[in-house]
Amino acid sequence: MALTVERLDDGEVSPYLTDEVTLGDRLELRGPIGGYFVWEANQASPPLLLVGGGSGVVPLMAMIRHRRASGSRVPARLLYSARSVDDVIYRQELERLAALGDGMTVYLTLTRAQPAGWRGFARRVDQEMLHEVAWPVQESPLTFVCGPTAFVEAAAGTLVELGYDAGSIRTERFGPTGR
Amino acid sequence: MPPSELLLDGNAIGGLLREIFAVEMTSASSTCGGCGAVHAIGRLDVYANAPGVVARCPACGQVLMRIVRGRGRVWLDLAGMRCLQIADPDT
Repeated sequence: MALTVERLDDGEVSPYLTDEVTLGDRLELRGPIGGYFVWEANQASPPLLLVGGGSGVVPLMAMIRHRRASGSRVPARLLYSARSVDDVIYRQELERLAALGDGMTVYLTLTRAQPAGWRGFARRVDQEMLHEVAWPVQESPLTFVCGPTAFVEAAAGTLVELGYDAGSIRTERFGPTGR
Repeated sequence: MPPSELLLDGNAIGGLLREIFAVEMTSASSTCGGCGAVHAIGRLDVYANAPGVVARCPACGQVLMRIVRGRGRVWLDLAGMRCLQIADPDT
């Protein structure tokens, strides 16, 4: 089991988990909790669109790993928005998975700073970007969007504007991140 | 910070509901007593920055669920919800 924690300086829990918890500490876990924001790999699944803002990529990564582990070939696209390349969680793993050629495509957008020669997107997720990345509506894709509340509202709203059925978009909002 | 940024959704109260109900609740579906819209609990608009937790219908805004904890008890108010459909754990 692995936990991904993004440290927020003014957070209630993440500074404790990142600064105080040490090797050998005992933690009590509950769960798994939450069956709504979950994707089950099966042959009949429509194409998958995953849209993540910041640490919103974490539950999407669980789906991507599940897809890989189950040998699923369901076509999947991840659009991941981060502030800079250093903020990209799972960067190397995503590069490896995207290179496998098993139907998984990764799109990154870096909203604040881009390294020299950056060829990906360099702005906040907008309609033009989603139009380019998202599956055509006719393919009845299944969509998961996770991130700060404002990010989720904007991305899910834009997908509906593009003709996506609101019922095919599952969302998880984690409020503001204080930045 | 605008209040809209504090909006959460029903995924955020999965743990709290799991302490009250015997089954996983974010995938349960609720019927709004006001407008009749059916939504998964995970999809409800949730406001948690209050003495209790308030879940509202994303279609019409009606209060569907209020949960308040205190003094060793939990108050669960479902007055605004017409129906709650839960997966049968025995099937």
